[in-house]
Amino acid sequence: MPANNKKDKRLVPHNANISVMSNSNWPLWEIFIRSKNGLAHKHAGSLHATDAKMAIENARDVYTRRMEGVSIWVVRSADIVASSPADKDFLYEPANDKVYRHPTFYEIPPEVGHM
Amino acid sequence: MENQALLERFQNYVDAENKIEAKDWMPDGYRKTLVRQIAQHAHSEVVGMLPEGNWITRAPSLRRKTILISKVQDEAGHGLYLYSACETLGVDRDTLIEELLSGKAKYSSIFNYPTVSWADIGAIGWLVDGAAIVNQVSLQRTSYGPYSRAMVRICKEESFHQRQGYEIMIALAKNGNEAQKKMAQEAFNRWWWPSLMMFGPSDAASAHSGQNMAWKIKRHGNDELRQKFVDMTVPQAEYLGLTIPDKDLKWNEATGHYDFGEIDWTEFNEVVKGNGPCNKQRLQTRNKAHDEGAWVREAAMAYARKQQERQAVSAA
Repeated sequence: MPANNKKDKRLVPHNANISVMSNSNWPLWEIFIRSKNGLAHKHAGSLHATDAKMAIENARDVYTRRMEGVSIWVVRSADIVASSPADKDFLYEPANDKVYRHPTFYEIPPEVGHM
Repeated sequence: MENQALLERFQNYVDAENKIEAKDWMPDGYRKTLVRQIAQHAHSEVVGMLPEGNWITRAPSLRRKTILISKVQDEAGHGLYLYSACETLGVDRDTLIEELLSGKAKYSSIFNYPTVSWADIGAIGWLVDGAAIVNQVSLQRTSYGPYSRAMVRICKEESFHQRQGYEIMIALAKNGNEAQKKMAQEAFNRWWWPSLMMFGPSDAASAHSGQNMAWKIKRHGNDELRQKFVDMTVPQAEYLGLTIPDKDLKWNEATGHYDFGEIDWTEFNEVVKGNGPCNKQRLQTRNKAHDEGAWVREAAMAYARKQQERQAVSAA
């Protein structure tokens, strides 16, 4: 539960500034792979690397061994700003009562064809 | 001169139905055409908010008002998707906006027509969004990846726009009183021909059509898309009991399509040139909104700077 998360030291906030690099703690990179041209890059997972170049090389080895991709994006995990699960209600709840944003809200007589 | 071998490789790649992505090599002409087309498309979404925005405060019920606000909000979002897709080609947003505000860039001429009655809001949703959907469904298969993905997203959201418009037309033209029926017919008369013009000049007269089709930026010709729209829309008008303002319109058994009359291209060219009923008003309104919103952009920057300075102090 969110309230207890703060006590759990294993749970580092996603955007924590992990700028200090040690031999055992290379920065974490999020890896996005485009499986083919025309499709958007999709999050595949993450890995550790000393810099962007190594992150791409490692991502190539880790995530595209079976021709899964034609393009790789790497982003330092520390640079990702994520919304908080605790904000779920005020972020997404307002869309709940706006059912009129969906096409099915409107009745279109079958005789006029697809719309 | 561009390398002939590269051009050929590009053409073969496109011919094989592959998508081009931002970092791929592309001919200068391909990039330029896309920047112009996507920017015009984005501007159209933004200016397209104005004719409908005109009726938000006067929508006939709270239901209609919330729907109209949602639709206008969607158009703003569509503008953003498209500006972002355009920026992948190496242009920056401020330049694009500046070109719209100065009148240098074009946007769809349909938005230079006025919305004089509530029925115009119904007609716009049904006809203008309907025509836009026909065009955009085709563009989902455009060869440039970011544009194609923006189109997929937009088409998904656009369906409600057309349906809410048609619902307004049902209320007025089918279930309304005599005055409402008259209002619906008059709105239909105003929007029918400009909607047909939305597909652009006939392919034979269109300056860029050939090359854009070869590069698969465009997937269907203007006339083909226009015909598709007419064939879809005539039965919808008949259901509403509306008369199509074209004495030459008739079903052609041999072709399986509706024949329709000659479009007044003189009117089209005049509106494109800036002489439509609302060209000046639209640009003035857009410029006014941009100028009056300047303080919001400045305040956001000032706030961000202040936050940065605070962080720097607390880190020191």
